[in-house]
Amino acid sequence: MEKKELAVAALRNGTVIDHIPSAALFDAVRILGLENLDTNVTIGYNLESKKLGRKGIIKVADTEFSEDILNRIAIIAPTAVVNTIRNFEVASKRRVQLPDVLSGIVRCANPKCITNNEPMHTRFIVTERTDDGDVTLRCHYCNHAVKGKKAQIV
Amino acid sequence: MNTSSLVSIADISKQQMLDLLERAKYFEEHPSSDLLNGRVVATLFFEPSTRTRLSFETAVNRLGGRVIGFSDASTSSTSKGETLKDTIKMVSNYVDLIVMRHHLEGAARYATEVTDVPVINAGDGANQHPSQTMLDLYSILKTQGTLENLTITMVGDLKYGRTVHSLLMAMQYFNPTFRFVACDELRMPKEYRDFCDANGIKYTEHTDFSPEVINSSDIIYMTRVQRERFSDVMEYEKVKNLYNLRNAMLADSKPNLKILHPLPRVNEIDIDVDDNPKAYYFEQARNGVFARQAIITTALGIEIPSADKA
Repeated sequence: MEKKELAVAALRNGTVIDHIPSAALFDAVRILGLENLDTNVTIGYNLESKKLGRKGIIKVADTEFSEDILNRIAIIAPTAVVNTIRNFEVASKRRVQLPDVLSGIVRCANPKCITNNEPMHTRFIVTERTDDGDVTLRCHYCNHAVKGKKAQIV
Repeated sequence: MNTSSLVSIADISKQQMLDLLERAKYFEEHPSSDLLNGRVVATLFFEPSTRTRLSFETAVNRLGGRVIGFSDASTSSTSKGETLKDTIKMVSNYVDLIVMRHHLEGAARYATEVTDVPVINAGDGANQHPSQTMLDLYSILKTQGTLENLTITMVGDLKYGRTVHSLLMAMQYFNPTFRFVACDELRMPKEYRDFCDANGIKYTEHTDFSPEVINSSDIIYMTRVQRERFSDVMEYEKVKNLYNLRNAMLADSKPNLKILHPLPRVNEIDIDVDDNPKAYYFEQARNGVFARQAIITTALGIEIPSADKA
């Protein structure tokens, strides 16, 4: 753990998102819109993790994200932990939380859904959450249900 | 926020349903009026559906309103590539109410989000068709005198049949007993069986359209079994005539039994049933006008004259 933290530069101020499943890392980068930032961003991929086997990590300097923004990655990376760093100290640490409504994140798998045929945002409602982290989403428009694990990201 | 729209039967409460049925009864007794005097209603049929469109347009005309619209997307600017949003926004400038049918699922829900004009969903793909459900409910109420404690048998395509799914959802408030009669391939989907279980709704499943099932029913709701629903043609050939109703099968049925069908029918109800007083599918279609008059006036917030209905 100690050694890995040192593998990438320590942050003075900013956000560290840890414990992202490797498979979800680049979707997370996209959902958070990191390519549009001009601050220092460090992305670690396929790092060793006791919990996940392989994990991803994102460090963003001098930027703090709102909870709403960070929670958008919960659908693909429910294990992700967000650390807010201020003056080299962890000011806060929390798991991302899946909101009840997902706007513009998941693509509807139903080809006949209006959202796949109009320039518009998708909207999914979380209809079921199980204890082991499985969720079921329902399209607000066509009522098509999809398991969280199988959800396609926009 | 667009709150007087009707997109899905799941959006309205038991009380709202009962109010609509009460209104439908009023309109059956007073089919023609001028309640919509000076109002303009758009019927936007991005997908053709002659039966539903004529029913809605009759409802508006009988209420003294005027209709604009199109019956096929090829005659609208959709064929020029206009988005649904733009079409809805444009039409909203002209009318007091929009009735729309679309082949894409969720189209009506989306329409309510881009306009303040009330929208009535007249069918969005395989998704919802609430006015059909209201006319089914009205037909059941009218023929049985109640919606409570009835045995309703659904026959044929229970997998893809949008009308049976919506009717099942709507009946949840009235303690029904369902009999689902279908081949394995077109069985009632798990989500609806789960819905019944979760809401304490009694049901039995049958692959055999047997005398016991028929003779215990208050309502038999027939649907069409379509060849294109089968992955295996042999399977279709095997079952295609198993769920056809002939007059002789009704010999020992309950006196109050009525046969419903959303129409169009092909051969799932033999024409020899048509003359049986238990056949109700044509009157059912007539009830559609009253149910739609009820939906339209409710969406527009129009009060109906109360009390002296004589």
